[in-house]
Amino acid sequence: MSANEILAGEHFLNGDVACAEGAIAAGCRLFAGYPITPQSEITERMAYRLPKIGGDFLQMEDELASIAAILGAAWGGMKAMTATSGPGFSLMMENIGLGIMTETPCVIVDVQRGGPSTGLPTATSQGDMMQARWGTHGDHEIIAYAPASPQEMFDLTIKAFNQSERFRQPVLIMTDEVVGHMMERVVIDPDKIEIYPRRKPTVPYEQFLPFKGGSDLVPAMACAGEGYRVHVTGLTHDERGYPDLSVDSQHRLITRLLDKIRKNADEIIELEEENVHGADVVLVTYGITARTSLRAMELAQGKGIKVGMLRLISVWPFPTAAVHAIAGEVKGIVVPELNMGQMVREVERAAAGQTRVRLVPHAGGGLHRPEDILAAIEEVAR
Amino acid sequence: MKRVQTKPAPEIVQDAHHPLEHYFRTERLPHIWCPGCGLGTAMSCLAAAFGELNLDVDDVSVVSGIGCSGRLAGYMRPDSYHTTHGRALPFATGLRVALEKIKPGNKVVVFSGDGDLFSIGGNHFIHAARRNIDITVLCVNNFNYGMTGGQIGPTTPLGSRGTTAPYGTFEHPFNLPYLAASSGAPYVARWTTMHVHRLQRAMVEAISRHGFTFVEIIAPCPTNYGRRNGLPTGLDEMRYYRDKAVIKNFADPKDAEIIPGEEFIVGTFVDKEKPDYFEIYDKFVNEHLRS
Ligand code: SF4
Repeated sequence: MSANEILAGEHFLNGDVACAEGAIAAGCRLFAGYPITPQSEITERMAYRLPKIGGDFLQMEDELASIAAILGAAWGGMKAMTATSGPGFSLMMENIGLGIMTETPCVIVDVQRGGPSTGLPTATSQGDMMQARWGTHGDHEIIAYAPASPQEMFDLTIKAFNQSERFRQPVLIMTDEVVGHMMERVVIDPDKIEIYPRRKPTVPYEQFLPFKGGSDLVPAMACAGEGYRVHVTGLTHDERGYPDLSVDSQHRLITRLLDKIRKNADEIIELEEENVHGADVVLVTYGITARTSLRAMELAQGKGIKVGMLRLISVWPFPTAAVHAIAGEVKGIVVPELNMGQMVREVERAAAGQTRVRLVPHAGGGLHRPEDILAAIEEVAR
Repeated sequence: MKRVQTKPAPEIVQDAHHPLEHYFRTERLPHIWCPGCGLGTAMSCLAAAFGELNLDVDDVSVVSGIGCSGRLAGYMRPDSYHTTHGRALPFATGLRVALEKIKPGNKVVVFSGDGDLFSIGGNHFIHAARRNIDITVLCVNNFNYGMTGGQIGPTTPLGSRGTTAPYGTFEHPFNLPYLAASSGAPYVARWTTMHVHRLQRAMVEAISRHGFTFVEIIAPCPTNYGRRNGLPTGLDEMRYYRDKAVIKNFADPKDAEIIPGEEFIVGTFVDKEKPDYFEIYDKFVNEHLRS
């Protein structure tokens, strides 16, 4: 990848376009997608940009095909991405599971809109947060980021690609319509971009075990045509990649797949703290709700309430230890979400009864009124 | 009953190798397929076709969906991908497009069953054919879902029985050559597992042509389909093919319907030049960007 393929400089971009540019900067050269709002700008940007830089854009017949195509492309040696919204995200659940089981690096962007079903096609929501975590069947761990600005759409898309290569699994960008469509300044400095390269086998074919984890439990990846003749299956498999449907094999494989994320969670979890120490009330936020909460925080501080904020930049794996520690020091935690209560369940689990946890729900379609968040802060501060 | 004359067992030669052995994951054999099943025959034809094309193991990838046919990917030595039910084709599309950048002209063969490719994966099939993406699709059509116990599928002939059609199917089946041809595939053929040499030839042709090429392989599933439909062994089904299959090249694919008890057409239906995905991409996109 040459640096002049990156959109260097200062730009005024919407979140969707910034996400597409982040992918390109991360080395993504194949995008497969299907039209759906409010992510259309990502797909359109990729259709325009990728052919110019020797990449490929595939408009697939549906989202089932889009995600299957990016998994195939990853095994063909490319970095690949797809983007969608709720209805398409539902269709992708099947092959997110295949991506996890076959340890296939790729990035999936969900620009969330109101659901269930067709819901609010062009209006915001954070209603897919638990689907992101548990939407595909079977035990698994998920890595997901929640950008709160176009700049973060750029930066976190690069990070998502790096983590997908680092841990060899699909990584999710859980954004929403407002961040996707808001236009802001995005600064892109190619010299500051770090890329995690695909881990290649270091031993000859005869000695290579394609599904044996290294010391960090992550295996090296041999792609098609590289001479390693890998068999890749969604069935439970042994270290050679061959189907082995025994209880032992299932236990070994699932434990490693979970542990490669659980034991390395510190490398993934990313948080931003503001005035958390010494606060009476802490807001736990992610994505766009962090922006609305800032105003509520100012209003509360104006009333003399000591309030801080913990913003989840990565949402999965959930930062249980960090939230647990905060819960032990405050009068209450307030969780504003553009859903009727999803991540708040994790906050409650992490708080483990040490403090009061108050949800500020919103069914989606618009943003919280800062006054509603303020009311919740005041309530738990009492 | 007439006794079948069998050839004397060949002498076992120490350290001898089968000439096509390098195409197989021999450590994975024997396979799981039932006695009399057509899948083993189809797999040997594919290996023989690779051999005839002198294809390097690392120049081809095999992609399968789910079902008895889907297990083929696990027995063949090339890079092989056993994907989700119905999704072999879009996976193969991403793989093929990515590989074109790294190893232009590499081969991707999708090997799967009738239920996988035409029921749950039907939409992907017509779109891959429409795109004319350079992939070979080999569909073993045994008229039912064998792995899950003999349920009827999208190719089960009208009136045939399956575990989900105890009184006989009352839905019209797909005519696969007609579907493939009308979706735009430039190469369409159908053979049975009795026609091993012609089947192998068709595979060679399909793999060597550019674009989306399709071979339907009519095959016995004695365990689940034949048993319920008057052809209880693989041999019965072979005899049926011998009696009912009519070889006719370039027949109108409309006439390729399969009706139980009646003759059916096998042969090459379509074999024509048509610009494939990569050619058209180069023409429109690259020419535009160069100008
Ligand atoms: S169930 Fe049918 S298709 Fe499956 S292996 Fe047995 S005979 Fe073959």
